[in-house]
Amino acid sequence: MKDEMRRPDRSLVAPRREIVKLERRLFLKQGISLGALTLLSGCEITDTEAVQKVLWRMAQWNDRVQAALFDPNKLAPTYPESAITKPFPFNAFYSEAEAPRVDAANYKLELGGLVRDKAPWTLDKLYALPETSQITRHICVEGWSAIGKWSGVTFRTFLEQVGADLTAKYVGFKCADDYYSSIDMASALHPQTLLTFKFADQLLPAAYGFPMKLRVPTKLGFKNPKHIAAIFVTNDYPGGYWEDQGYNWFSGS
Amino acid sequence: MADPEQAATVGTRRILIHPWVVRVTHWINALAMLMMVLSGWQIYNASPLFGFKFPKSLTLGGWLAGGLQWHFAAMWLLALNGIVYLLYGIFSRHFKSSFLPVTPKSVWSEFRNALRGRISHEIGVYNAVQRAAYIGVICVAIVLILSGLSIWKPVQFQELAALMGGYEGARLVHFFAMALLVLFVLVHVIMVALVPRTFMPMLTGHATKPSHEHGG
Repeated sequence: MKDEMRRPDRSLVAPRREIVKLERRLFLKQGISLGALTLLSGCEITDTEAVQKVLWRMAQWNDRVQAALFDPNKLAPTYPESAITKPFPFNAFYSEAEAPRVDAANYKLELGGLVRDKAPWTLDKLYALPETSQITRHICVEGWSAIGKWSGVTFRTFLEQVGADLTAKYVGFKCADDYYSSIDMASALHPQTLLTFKFADQLLPAAYGFPMKLRVPTKLGFKNPKHIAAIFVTNDYPGGYWEDQGYNWFSGS
Repeated sequence: MADPEQAATVGTRRILIHPWVVRVTHWINALAMLMMVLSGWQIYNASPLFGFKFPKSLTLGGWLAGGLQWHFAAMWLLALNGIVYLLYGIFSRHFKSSFLPVTPKSVWSEFRNALRGRISHEIGVYNAVQRAAYIGVICVAIVLILSGLSIWKPVQFQELAALMGGYEGARLVHFFAMALLVLFVLVHVIMVALVPRTFMPMLTGHATKPSHEHGG
């Protein structure tokens, strides 16, 4: 589960580099043996800046490859009701008890960026949108997967209705739990990408993202934001909560 | 392949064991595989398929995101290098001359001899067990790559993923193909340790052998 994951403590890296530099200077002055130098410079290969730079470049290259591999007409496999995973796993960067309780009466979905009609949407107005259902496999970046049923409006329909610039590069999401993420426009317009209000034919419970979750069966689970509070369309790379920490941005399935 | 550097000293001759393409791709592959396996173990640990995790000291990347970055960077090195090796092996007839012929009967009798401590090691010629092992590991590597692609892109490559038993099936196939490959590497390294004169030819390409022997 994501809440079990810990980032390595980067704050330790910089001081260590300073120490290594200092030790090297001492080495030059005092002529310590070569063996001692190799011990001192034996910092983890993954922490060196050059390696990080190469990995980052490769991740950007992989974003481009995945965008090229993405077929806007290729549908994710769908499953019968009998295949649904019960219970469906809770997943977030916090525990289930900490899931935000969004007040339905005062909720308003905000719109921003390259959108013609930025008027906020109440839940009643959102629930009135045409509803479709699909049973698809949610695949987590960690490797596990689970099959669930989500219902809501085709995201393309919603974007068209609010007059979003469909030629823009990104659609970004800000969530009530301070999570944020973004997807490419091609994936946003995919026929299976839904703005969902129901899970297993029931109104989304808090744990699964009340009042709404974007369901993108062509992307990994963390690209499916829950508790969405604001949607914006932009040409400036918006990043994301996990993406900014190192997960691949495109993360297509 | 003809060896231009044959025949030097009296009584022995230097023969070409591994052409330079094989040597270079061998060592690049060793590096790429090391990165793939260690980062793969990091990824496995995020959601173990079985009741164990790999020791953290044997993983690459520090945490899941780092492991994924290494895995998806090293895969390009592995794939490009593998393509060069396969094309060379096919078009230079390296595969045909080194790995063929091989029959189940010859593999079985060589294997039984090996268990009795009688390993046939004519310099420059693979015995039947080696031939079967090298052909086998190339097949395992291909399954490993195809199952990896199925996990990476279970929607875009869903036909391939279906062949692997779907997304979850592909995870199992990927794991067991990895296990077979690691087993091969262990046996391979142990064999080199047991017959150390096979090591230098993978660096220099050449070995010396008494001139009355045949082979090469």
